Amino acid sequence: MAEQPAAPAHTHEKREHWSGQTAFILAAIGSAVGLGNIWRFPGQAYEHGGGAFMIPYLIALVTAGIPILFLEHAIGHRFRGSAPLAMKRVHKHAEGVGWLHVAICFVIGLYYTAIIAWALSYFFFSFNLSYADDPAGFFTGDYLQLGEAGTFSMSFVPQVIIPLVAVWLITIVILALGLHTGVERLNIIGIPVLVATFLVIVVRALFLDGAGDGIEALFTPDFAALSDPQVWIAAYGQIFFSLSLAYGIMITYASYRRRRSNLTAPGLVVAFGNSSFELLAGIGVFATLGFLASQQGVGVGELDGIAGPFLSFVTFPATIAEMPGGAFFGALFFASLVLAGLTSLVSVLQVVSSALQDKLNLKPRTAALLVGGVSAVLSIIGFGTTTGLYLLDTVDQWSNQLGIVAGAITMIAAAVWIGRRGHELERHLAAVSTLRPGKAWLWLVSAVALLLIYMFVEKAVSLAIDGYGGYPTWYVVVFGWGTVLFLALVACLMPLARWRRDIVHFHPWPTREQLNLPADVGERHTEDYDPRSPS
Amino acid sequence: MSTSAVVLLAVSIALVWGGLAVSIIVLARRPENDHMPPGGEDTVVPDEV
Repeated sequence: MAEQPAAPAHTHEKREHWSGQTAFILAAIGSAVGLGNIWRFPGQAYEHGGGAFMIPYLIALVTAGIPILFLEHAIGHRFRGSAPLAMKRVHKHAEGVGWLHVAICFVIGLYYTAIIAWALSYFFFSFNLSYADDPAGFFTGDYLQLGEAGTFSMSFVPQVIIPLVAVWLITIVILALGLHTGVERLNIIGIPVLVATFLVIVVRALFLDGAGDGIEALFTPDFAALSDPQVWIAAYGQIFFSLSLAYGIMITYASYRRRRSNLTAPGLVVAFGNSSFELLAGIGVFATLGFLASQQGVGVGELDGIAGPFLSFVTFPATIAEMPGGAFFGALFFASLVLAGLTSLVSVLQVVSSALQDKLNLKPRTAALLVGGVSAVLSIIGFGTTTGLYLLDTVDQWSNQLGIVAGAITMIAAAVWIGRRGHELERHLAAVSTLRPGKAWLWLVSAVALLLIYMFVEKAVSLAIDGYGGYPTWYVVVFGWGTVLFLALVACLMPLARWRRDIVHFHPWPTREQLNLPADVGERHTEDYDPRSPS
Repeated sequence: MSTSAVVLLAVSIALVWGGLAVSIIVLARRPENDHMPPGGEDTVVPDEV
């Protein structure tokens, strides 16, 4: 066997690291497991074929979720930087793709915090069941003091702002403590606690009257639904949004792994861990809905608000009000929401913080204060008012359904189609991991991009023609399309700013030579690569 | 619960939670690749806050 080529000098720059593989896995699961697992998956499954939804869901997990997760892990780990830096190293003109991810995370952080603040309020409301008498009226009236839809109010709601400020302070402290002391510790403690808490909730829910009817409603298959393309798109969308893909989070988190780290097997644990929690949440939510339906003497299908914020803040409180020991159960449920939201929120803001650290050569504490301070002010102005719910609904629709999908398409295009890094990334994964993804992985990644292009066009046309949520046109243009404009501006303008940190002296490891690839990225290669016997 | 719902529930649990269990076992048996190319040592830094 020939002696392996040595890595060049200047390969290793100082960078924060996870303390180990388990810490990374828990942090990645903490990012992926969020509010969407609890309130989006059950509703999506129920509305798209019930039990039959699991077929496209699992196919989507294997053919789209895991491949894109591997792609992000490979980009972040090989090119060792925040999303903009890693993408710039992928291709000299791809920095904007990373900034698109950063802008999406910035926007999502603004309203995600508001939802966690609501959950924090409801955690305390649970002790005396303040919401029990009229959950819907309490949420929109007493608590949010909801104003007129399609307007932008500057009338602030103190009971929303106080927890909102608290959530921002907690988040800023966690980010300012740095990766190891802040983000990692939050997840190492938070994820086991979250899983244990949710297990208690689900076990309790399974013993409620009518729980079986609820689970039956969720899992009764409608196989005819599988011939509906929208069901498949819903399944791919659920996997995509649930796994925190194309936010730049997995690029950022993978960049904090040590170079000599296994990537693919931990990636599988993250992907299946996320889906496992999602399934657990689905069982718990529908067991609870079954109980509520039985108490009201109606079918599960006749219940309103089985997805989204209304599931958590109206339907669940209605259920809690009816069950024995509701105060304890309610406190556990809303504590779970806070924990699931917080671990995801921190990952979203770490993307922004990490990018600013790289671009402006800031220390983590400075970046955390800058990101947290600016975000907190904007978040309070936008979502601490009587019209915060409408703004949240609108901004979420555009940033999620268009922004994130565009972030994924451009990432794949930059890395695989234009940057021609596909084989390099596949061999990188093979070189450091215990499981090799194989060439089929690259085909899957490209196929997913084509599907995402279809989803993007379909959604954009739908939003352009039909508008959204019955909001007036000016509102949709300003806050919906305005969000997209903001994302595009950040992606286009930020690459024009100068890097204040040395990013030139960087060499990926393993080298292209070690991966049996020609030094020139554009040069066609013919040599195979066997990670067990490198030439 | 109907038979079809029970079957779908059981299959979903087996595939998703089974997939997690298998992934963890695979990772625990072989946590790191023993055949990595030379190089790749990191400069370990404490939190730089």
